[in-house]
Amino acid sequence: MENLIISTVAQGLLWAVMALGVYLTFRVLDIADLTVEGSFPLGAATAAALMTTGHSVGFAIFMAAVAGMLAGVVTGFLTTRMKIPALLAGILTMIALYSVNLRIMGKANISLLGVDTLFTMVQDKLDLTSIQTTFLVGLVATLVIGFAMYWFFGTEIGAAIRATGFNRQMIRAQGVNTDMTIILGLLISNALVAVSGALVGQSNGFADVGMGVGTIVIGLASVIIGEVLFGTRSFKNCMISVVLGSVVYRIVIAAVLQMGMPPNDLKLFTSVLVALALSMPLLKQKVQRRKAGC
Amino acid sequence: MLRVEHIHKTFFPGTIHEKKALNDLDFTLAPGDFVTVIGGNGAGKSTTLNAIAGVFPVDSGKIIIDGVDVTKKAEHKRAAYIGRVFQDPMMGTAAGMMIEENLAIASRRGSFPGFRWSLNESQHQRFYEMLKELELGLEDRMEAKVGLLSGGQRQALTLLMATIKKPKLLLLDEHTAALDPKTAEKVLELTDRIVRRDNLTTLMITHNMRDALRFGNRLIMLHEGRVLLDVDGETKSRLKIADLMEMFEKAAGGELDSDSLLLG
Repeated sequence: MENLIISTVAQGLLWAVMALGVYLTFRVLDIADLTVEGSFPLGAATAAALMTTGHSVGFAIFMAAVAGMLAGVVTGFLTTRMKIPALLAGILTMIALYSVNLRIMGKANISLLGVDTLFTMVQDKLDLTSIQTTFLVGLVATLVIGFAMYWFFGTEIGAAIRATGFNRQMIRAQGVNTDMTIILGLLISNALVAVSGALVGQSNGFADVGMGVGTIVIGLASVIIGEVLFGTRSFKNCMISVVLGSVVYRIVIAAVLQMGMPPNDLKLFTSVLVALALSMPLLKQKVQRRKAGC
Repeated sequence: MLRVEHIHKTFFPGTIHEKKALNDLDFTLAPGDFVTVIGGNGAGKSTTLNAIAGVFPVDSGKIIIDGVDVTKKAEHKRAAYIGRVFQDPMMGTAAGMMIEENLAIASRRGSFPGFRWSLNESQHQRFYEMLKELELGLEDRMEAKVGLLSGGQRQALTLLMATIKKPKLLLLDEHTAALDPKTAEKVLELTDRIVRRDNLTTLMITHNMRDALRFGNRLIMLHEGRVLLDVDGETKSRLKIADLMEMFEKAAGGELDSDSLLLG
């Protein structure tokens, strides 16, 4: 039981990096970016392809981030310069990435069995169990990325990106090129998602072309659960909420699986959860209006 | 300071919605000119300000700010010269960010954002003093999100943001039209105080003829996308609302729908 809890939390932390990326587009930039469905497996594929061909783990994860950045830039270019609606631009990149991911891997699935990964290396070096390793790596990755994000979004350029999400007209009037800030935001977001994909892939022991299906919904679930349970007072508060939201989401999933829900229904369950959470404000209003008698 | 040279702009050309918004618009502002702009609905007041700010490209003509031809420059590049306050109090600020963060962004208007921390102690003191001068109590709420402020407070803040880094040109697009009369009066007085103090070259659109006569040293009346009337100094100070109406009718060469001018 204890192991189950720790491994669930560890999964939550690994996926929290992805959730932070989704938070960045969905809340900070105010764009629903579907690129993540492709950039999550892109990160896993890039890292796996490099590691199985003898490259170092560090280089593999770095290149996963770079690949994610490129994916973000493509979507950013399509939506800012080509004026394609952000949702559609994300879908286009996501679909294109399916082929790209197959190209990178050369097949639909790469196994990492017997390959040195970040997890096997940490496990050997610190003499931990596999569950402890996952937890440690997830915690360190989330903390490092969390602090980096907090610093970055407090700088002038970070503030400009946040202002772009709130009011494009305003930040343009202040002399900031909003095409640049949107592309930059998508770049950072997809880099985070790809790194998360690289970590999750290594943790699972394989990269698969289909592992991105539902990424956006898991990300949104984490963001929304976090916001509802842990608040949105400040940027820092929001980031902590998203990370905790990702952990809570994993706990919820583990709980319903324990209670006997078939794993095949997982995505249906997550979608219903997110749909309910997103309709909450409107439903609340309706209930209140009924109470008020109008 | 500002030269607007024979500007033409047609929206939706070649369609049934075709609208000649600016039709050989031509005027010059001297440094320190505080110009009130009036005109009926569709006269081209907002279009004029948006053309100068670079919201859309013009079809022909030139816009020169302080000797620099900005006609081809993008909106965010022109922002280095221009401070703007919009009619909608929501448009000039980032609602989800703190008052201090909004001011910090505005204090860097026109310069490329870098990797320095956006907020710092020395500017905190400066912002505090500036907010205090607004006499709205905002200096004690610098960490409050702007979305919590009233429309009047937001317009006062936007005005401060537009002028915190002295602009070569201040564009005010009916910035008190969405406020209640009492708040509008306060924001107008504040505008007048800041413009005079910093000797700002200003274009202020208003739909209120009394305000147009009360404020500024010069008055421009637009009609069908061009300057119909341009009076300054002595002449302007002696003008009455009735005179304006008469001049408008004479110049426009027809009956004037006075309601559209007064209310529009």
